[in-house]
Amino acid sequence: MRDLLQRPGSVLDEWLEAQRRAGVARPDLIDESQQREESAQLLSLLGGALADTLPVFPDDPAWDELRTYLDRLAESRAVDGFSPTETARLMLTLKDVVFKALRDKVPQVPADAWADFDELTRLLDTLALYSSEVLQRSREAIIERQQQDMLELSTPVVQLWDGIVGVPLIGTLDSRRARLVMETLLDNLSETKSSVAIIDISGIPTVDALTAQYLTRTAAAVRLMGAECIVSGIRPQIARTIVDLGVTLDGLPTRATLAGALALAFERTGCTVEPSA
Amino acid sequence: MARVPILRIGDCLVVTVHADLDDGSAVTLRDDLAGRVAAISARGVLIDVSALDVVDSFVARMLGDVARTVSILDAETVISGLSPAVAMTLVEMGVTIPHTRTALDAQNGLRLLGIVMAPVRESVRCD
Repeated sequence: MRDLLQRPGSVLDEWLEAQRRAGVARPDLIDESQQREESAQLLSLLGGALADTLPVFPDDPAWDELRTYLDRLAESRAVDGFSPTETARLMLTLKDVVFKALRDKVPQVPADAWADFDELTRLLDTLALYSSEVLQRSREAIIERQQQDMLELSTPVVQLWDGIVGVPLIGTLDSRRARLVMETLLDNLSETKSSVAIIDISGIPTVDALTAQYLTRTAAAVRLMGAECIVSGIRPQIARTIVDLGVTLDGLPTRATLAGALALAFERTGCTVEPSA
Repeated sequence: MARVPILRIGDCLVVTVHADLDDGSAVTLRDDLAGRVAAISARGVLIDVSALDVVDSFVARMLGDVARTVSILDAETVISGLSPAVAMTLVEMGVTIPHTRTALDAQNGLRLLGIVMAPVRESVRCD
């Protein structure tokens, strides 16, 4: 049987036909000529690696070339939007070709036994693929949930005083997070009727033009709601970066420390803090 | 076309804008307000928009126009009750409403205009 796969030219068309039958070919995602080229490459690599003794996949160095090609193929399938099952079926459809050759070689096996065998193999393949697909899906769901949890954990809005809320930011502020911060903060402001919001950026490693833009946008939205925004926790090197980059935080009061911002917030809300003695 | 009612409180005017503010009634509102401000020499105008789920650029511009008209008549405008979603949309569209101050709700807005109501809760003392 091996010589069959070692003469790739002879089975390519048959394999492509089997792929079409199994619904592996997705003309909406990759075109026919690419499908054909990839299949031809796979066949030739597979044929090249087959020797008299079957090397163990994937450890044997004989498979190196095919493995690298498969890695790249699977990666690009993921990018193109193929499902795990569709990707796995590509190789599985090659079984159709092999079985057909086998049937031609052993004519004494009755046709209904072949059909039975064919159907069962297909069923078992489908079951295996189905379970791996479900496994993958639930794993993805777990990852997504964890990401969501992290995102929510990373943007708390805390009540510092009556009418004063604080947002301690830690880590990098990307657009998705900036939006979530804005949403959470504005919702909180309208819920608690707070008039001052302090955004503490001590935990943000660097401030670039984009981060500054997110901050000024948030401040603009906070102002529209009728509250005021103060940015605190500006470390010396961040102050320098802001100046070096020529970034402006226009109309945004800034303070070096959270304590300074709180003092300003007290001033704005008309509170005074005095020592008890 | 629905007319937006204009209420007088002291020397200020109060308007609550409803969800179905169409372009026509927005224009009427601007003209009515200008007339009333001039008639009573009003000191301030409070526009409460808490009922609006959506503020498009036209309504935002109309609010800005109202504020400008009012400020020419020597009165100030306070907009209260912009919802978080509306505030975010306006910022994302880059729309600003010039000549206005904003307040969280109508009560705070009236306070900004110098109309002090009986306190709802004890003011906070930090001692």
